[in-house]
Amino acid sequence: MRVGVITFPGTLDDRDAARAVIAGGAEAVALWHADADLKNVDAVILPGGFSYGDYLRCGAISRFAPVMKLVIEAAGKGMPVLGICNGFQVLCESHLLPGALTRNSDLHFLCRDQEIEITNTQTAWTSSYSVGQKIVIPLKNGEGSFQCDDETLAQLEGEGRVIARYVGQNPNGSRNLIAGISNARGNVVGLMPHPEHAIDALTGPTAEGLGFFTSILNAMVK
Amino acid sequence: MALDTVAIAQTTPDDIQPFAQLGLKADEYARIKEILGRRPTSSELAMYSVMWSEHCSYKSSKVHLKQFGDKAPKSDALLVGIGENAGVVDVGQGYAVTFKIESHNHPSFVEPYQGAATGVGGIVRDILTMGARPVAVMDPLRFGPADAPDTRRVLPGIVAGVGGYGNCLGLPNIGGEVIFDETYAGNPLVNALCIGVMKHSDIKLAKAAGAGNLVVLYGAKTGGDGIGGVSVLASETFGSGGSTKRPSVQVGDPFVEKVLIECSLEIFAEDLVVGIQDLGGAGLSCATSELASGGSGGMKVALDKVPLRDPSLSPEEILMSESQERMCAIVEPEKLARFLEICAKWDVTVTAIGEVTDGDRLIITWNDQVIVNVPPRTVAHEGPVYNRPMAQPAYIDDVNSQVVQLPIPSSAAEIRATVLQLAGTPNLADKSWVTSQYDKYVQGNTIQSQPDDSGMIRIDEKTHLGVAISTDANANWSYLNPYQGAKLALAEAARNIATAGARPLAVTNCLNFGSPEDPGVMWQFAESVRGLADGCLEMGLPVTGGNVSFYNQTGAVAILPTPVIGVLGVIDDVRTRTPMSFDVAGLDLYLLGDTHADLAGSEWAFMHGQRVGQSPTADLGREMRLIEVLLAGREEKIFSAAHDLSQGGLSAGLTEMVLRHSVGATITLADVGISLLSESPGRVIVAIEASKTDALSTLAAKYHITLSKLGTTGGDSLIINDAVISLAELRTAHTATFPKLFG
Repeated sequence: MRVGVITFPGTLDDRDAARAVIAGGAEAVALWHADADLKNVDAVILPGGFSYGDYLRCGAISRFAPVMKLVIEAAGKGMPVLGICNGFQVLCESHLLPGALTRNSDLHFLCRDQEIEITNTQTAWTSSYSVGQKIVIPLKNGEGSFQCDDETLAQLEGEGRVIARYVGQNPNGSRNLIAGISNARGNVVGLMPHPEHAIDALTGPTAEGLGFFTSILNAMVK
Repeated sequence: MALDTVAIAQTTPDDIQPFAQLGLKADEYARIKEILGRRPTSSELAMYSVMWSEHCSYKSSKVHLKQFGDKAPKSDALLVGIGENAGVVDVGQGYAVTFKIESHNHPSFVEPYQGAATGVGGIVRDILTMGARPVAVMDPLRFGPADAPDTRRVLPGIVAGVGGYGNCLGLPNIGGEVIFDETYAGNPLVNALCIGVMKHSDIKLAKAAGAGNLVVLYGAKTGGDGIGGVSVLASETFGSGGSTKRPSVQVGDPFVEKVLIECSLEIFAEDLVVGIQDLGGAGLSCATSELASGGSGGMKVALDKVPLRDPSLSPEEILMSESQERMCAIVEPEKLARFLEICAKWDVTVTAIGEVTDGDRLIITWNDQVIVNVPPRTVAHEGPVYNRPMAQPAYIDDVNSQVVQLPIPSSAAEIRATVLQLAGTPNLADKSWVTSQYDKYVQGNTIQSQPDDSGMIRIDEKTHLGVAISTDANANWSYLNPYQGAKLALAEAARNIATAGARPLAVTNCLNFGSPEDPGVMWQFAESVRGLADGCLEMGLPVTGGNVSFYNQTGAVAILPTPVIGVLGVIDDVRTRTPMSFDVAGLDLYLLGDTHADLAGSEWAFMHGQRVGQSPTADLGREMRLIEVLLAGREEKIFSAAHDLSQGGLSAGLTEMVLRHSVGATITLADVGISLLSESPGRVIVAIEASKTDALSTLAAKYHITLSKLGTTGGDSLIINDAVISLAELRTAHTATFPKLFG
């Protein structure tokens, strides 16, 4: 099982994501933003960071990277794609996921250990969890407030596509406490908090983020 | 303005030049003429003015800093010492760690966000320049009174700048300080520390060797920002009502720096450079003259080849610009093609601007006309040296002869009120409002970060080798006794890393003071350096480098003498570190060390506006024995937790421990007021299981460290004698302060 991890200029959590892929039991394959092929990977992760500095809207430039054309194509055919933080922003800008991530409601960058509740375990990236399971993983971003119009929100909720919600006080003003969503098919997932920083209690708040990276193995076995 | 060339300078010896506006004194200008045998060209004048600034030349501090070399202890760990961009120490298993701290004080007052951001950017490039991957940053910060209106302008901007730049580079921020005092109003201190990791064989130095090798400039284009940053901004006292000097502040682009880091590490990995230097303070003037003097001295540069953001810049401005995110490498001609390829991969602008020559002159041309022809050592290393007058200031005898007179709590109600008050006072309150704006998780190797006693980073994922680092200063003690203050800060930083079980290895420092032209300030500085050098010799810790920041004063008011000391240590297995607090009930709490009535310079005295008395005297022999107890206790698995006591004494130490995992404690104290408030140095709280009592007693006795029982862990309150403080109210007191002040 080969999981690609894309590095854009300005990507920061690529090595962390690769480490998590390996900890989950798969092979991590480095993909470069300018690559013209996906190197036969079975799944792709878009890691966190500040691609191209995020001086424009976050992710607005990355969506035009050559590798994204291939990712969009593969996602359309059902390849599992996970976007974490900046990766989630790129997926929204690429229209693989609806909505947008805007500045945190208090306008500050926020790094903290965040409790989230897994609300959908039918996706390629969440099957290792149980519905209602609460986990603590790091949240760290300046633009993590999920926004969309009422119609989209109703659709996301109606189709069960909210895959995780913040527990307790809303950390950033996201609508309906949304921490992550999926596409209709469930192969593309965007998540604001960082499971790759919670694969080992030595370096993270918990090891409870590992499930995202073991889920992908289940998806392949099916 | 017409181009001023060497040829013109030779024929117009009497032209009047603006040396004073550039920050040079008349005798310094005369010396430049003597060196060159003619008047300098305007470009040469620009170079000398920035390189001979206090910030770059250390002209007032050099005679004192010599002690770090003269009194250097024997150390097997030191691989690269003072003089390079940063010191390098051997941490075992073939790894070398480089670390350094620098100030960016004045720019951060003028423009808080950019000043702080580029402070981080500059120190990170210093670490990168040594050949290392930067792995963490830390930021000791000092501000005017927490409730002052200007602090509300400066602090949020500085915090956002530190976070904005560091977060975007992907560097975890693992600690620092946030301290308030009225002397920092108008002179906030922004000190930035960076740590980098490499293999021994990867160490790079700033030298231009080998005639015919190319001088290659890469990274951001040069703009008009930060011109004269080191001279007109960093090396002068702020006057009242003067210009704001905003154009002298650099503007940072962290994305470019992130790309520059990855690009440089790829270039280093393929061994494509002979020497390398970053462009920081004094920009190209510094990089070219330092690289040339690091080699045989000869270098030729075509300044018109420098890529510009603003094409209207004059050669003088290009030489003085402190535009960020630039590096200068010395590259063998046959390796240039590969160098350019890697830069192209990362979309980094790169230009060969000159070459190393056989001579001993640095020659810079502009459209083929020679505008600079100097011996580079005279620019980079042979600047003026001042033995400035110094005198013990009058206040010293005055404050030392007084005794602190403070209310000492004794009743249960008084103890409750005191502990809650200390928990919420800005200097001791929870700093999450600040640190939650910093990414502490990126890179996945952070083992400890704020509010732990020290920051700790894993450097090998297989062997679990790690390093710990702490920065400390107690300016109140330094004010009362600068010699002791520096020693005590050194001891505290070393103790903070030993508390977790890391063995102290080496020291860096950032010496923040007022104007060196004030004999009293100069005396404070000299005493601090003497204290630090003596302390390092006694503790066997080499000083690997550092930074001096003078002129931190507005008008006649200087900041408190603030020597910030950083100590780096190594731990063989980060998994076995001693944590800062306990998460279970039923443990016994002990105090290691002696408590005296040390209230002078304490937080309790500060809160009551009293800065008088005599600072404690550092007993470094005892500190070293305490460190051995802490290291042995970790190795023998005696401690469940250990926490250093410093500002706020036992009261603050207990508050931080019980709140960490929300497990309370019941404490019994004789002489309760002094026990809670004293800040006697060399003390650590440890938590142990009852079965370890004998082992702890044996260990303490072996190293002659006083051991006394404090109480036990458990419950949902902090109980001190008959005073009961619920964790809920303690947490509220501790955490409410910053959000209330800063929103």
